[in-house]
Amino acid sequence: MFVYADNAATTAMSKAAVDAMLPAMHELYGNPSSLHQKGREANLALMAARRTVAECLGAKPEEIYFTGCGTESDNWAITEGARLGAAAGKKHIISDAIEHHAVLHTLAKLEKEGFEVTYLPVHENGIVRLEELAAAIRPDTCLVTIMYSNNEIGTIQPVREIGALCREKGILFHCDAVQAVGHMPVDVVKDNIDMLALSGHKFHAPKGVGALYCRKGIKLRNFIEGGAQERGKRGGTEAIPSILAMAAAMKESCDHLEENMAKVTAMRDKLIQGLSAIPYSRCNGDPDHKAPGIVSFCFEGIEGESLLLRLDLAGICASSGSACTSGSLDPSHVLLALGMPHEIAHGSLRLSLCEYNTMEEVDYILQVVPQVVKELRQMSPVWLHMLEHMPDPYQSAQ
Amino acid sequence: MAMEYSEKVMEHFAHPHNVGVIEDANGIGEVGNAKCGDIMRMYLKINEDEIIEDVKFQTFGCASAIATSSIATDMIKGKPVSEALTLTNQAVVEALDGLPAVKVHCSVLAEQAVKAAVADYYKNKGIPCDDCLCEHCPAGGCGREEHQ
Repeated sequence: MFVYADNAATTAMSKAAVDAMLPAMHELYGNPSSLHQKGREANLALMAARRTVAECLGAKPEEIYFTGCGTESDNWAITEGARLGAAAGKKHIISDAIEHHAVLHTLAKLEKEGFEVTYLPVHENGIVRLEELAAAIRPDTCLVTIMYSNNEIGTIQPVREIGALCREKGILFHCDAVQAVGHMPVDVVKDNIDMLALSGHKFHAPKGVGALYCRKGIKLRNFIEGGAQERGKRGGTEAIPSILAMAAAMKESCDHLEENMAKVTAMRDKLIQGLSAIPYSRCNGDPDHKAPGIVSFCFEGIEGESLLLRLDLAGICASSGSACTSGSLDPSHVLLALGMPHEIAHGSLRLSLCEYNTMEEVDYILQVVPQVVKELRQMSPVWLHMLEHMPDPYQSAQ
Repeated sequence: MAMEYSEKVMEHFAHPHNVGVIEDANGIGEVGNAKCGDIMRMYLKINEDEIIEDVKFQTFGCASAIATSSIATDMIKGKPVSEALTLTNQAVVEALDGLPAVKVHCSVLAEQAVKAAVADYYKNKGIPCDDCLCEHCPAGGCGREEHQ
């Protein structure tokens, strides 16, 4: 059996996205900036796509900027939010310890430029505390950037309340919603969000296209010079096929949000229940505030990469920490921020589901993972040392 | 960025040789630490002629840690102890048709594990062993600066 359970890394394109993209590649080759009929045709399609994306977020079309990816949107929003603050003499930013590197590395760059950043702790459950945010706000705080839901452990932050607090204090609020859009209700007005980053390929659009929402009235400076595209703020001819595909995928996800959430949540809960039966395992992240599709576990006594590759050999695509983390040797900053010791954080597994997965696949995962964990433990000296201080759960189970 | 492992590494990872424990081992070495994410434990059964009759290992770590342990045990099994002490991490890397740069420390760990097990054998016999020292092996660590 083959199971793709790495949907937080990227998703397969939907039929709706491909159906929107292919004719755009064949027919809509005009440049939206051209005055002739092929240009106008492409421009009309672009306008329609912008309306669709705006509607899904509760935004106005003129508040949507198409970008190359979620990372670009985060870079743009945070850099510009900080510069707007600096212009008003405010150089303090608040974020948290489990943001994506698109946010953390941008903040690190700003720190080198003289900004001061407070990283709120997320505690054992992976959620920021409002009272700690309130306490961190200073007269010179210009920007708060906190994600909607976490890519590794799936925890959902109290975005609406964070936004309300920022609004009250007159502070810009940027939200990295790359893992949320298309998977849970996101409404920029109700959620009090000033700027929001999203990425198409997380909800069945192609790679290489994203968007930034920026509330009307916030004076974003240009991100790419050289053209009138995106109201002059991001020059470069628009990626029409990708943008149309993203709009189609987004509309489909938003139209079926409730049924997809119900289906994915049921699969997630079955996975969590089944994997919890593995001795010396722990499920990461607050169980009551969790994205529908993300399951994160740590298994003591084993190492995540071995687990991941053994699962791959059994046909299961998963991830250990975030995909970015798997290229480095250190355990994920997210798991460490939960207070997890290095040696346990090394044994992490993330399974991320979407509506394309099935209960049969969940059953297969639950059949394979406990067996692989057991086999890896049997060859692990760390597990051997643990057995010196505890009864062998595999012996007593027999 | 995805890690590219050679077929040899994947073969030894998927079906490691000499996994397990030797109950009557006369040399046991354990190196690495869990904080780094790699620990190797090597068991040797050395006979009166100083030939490694049997070798087994247990490893906590990534695919390359398991593969380097596996191939290192193959390389010393049936060999005289003196020859096992000449095993280098480069030889382990070559036998695996290469390792990604960030995983080379696993091969160092394999060399270190063999030497630690032989050192334990000589220690049990009360014989000093200068060759058991691994000059380029980090003491108790994984060879990565931030964990020293």
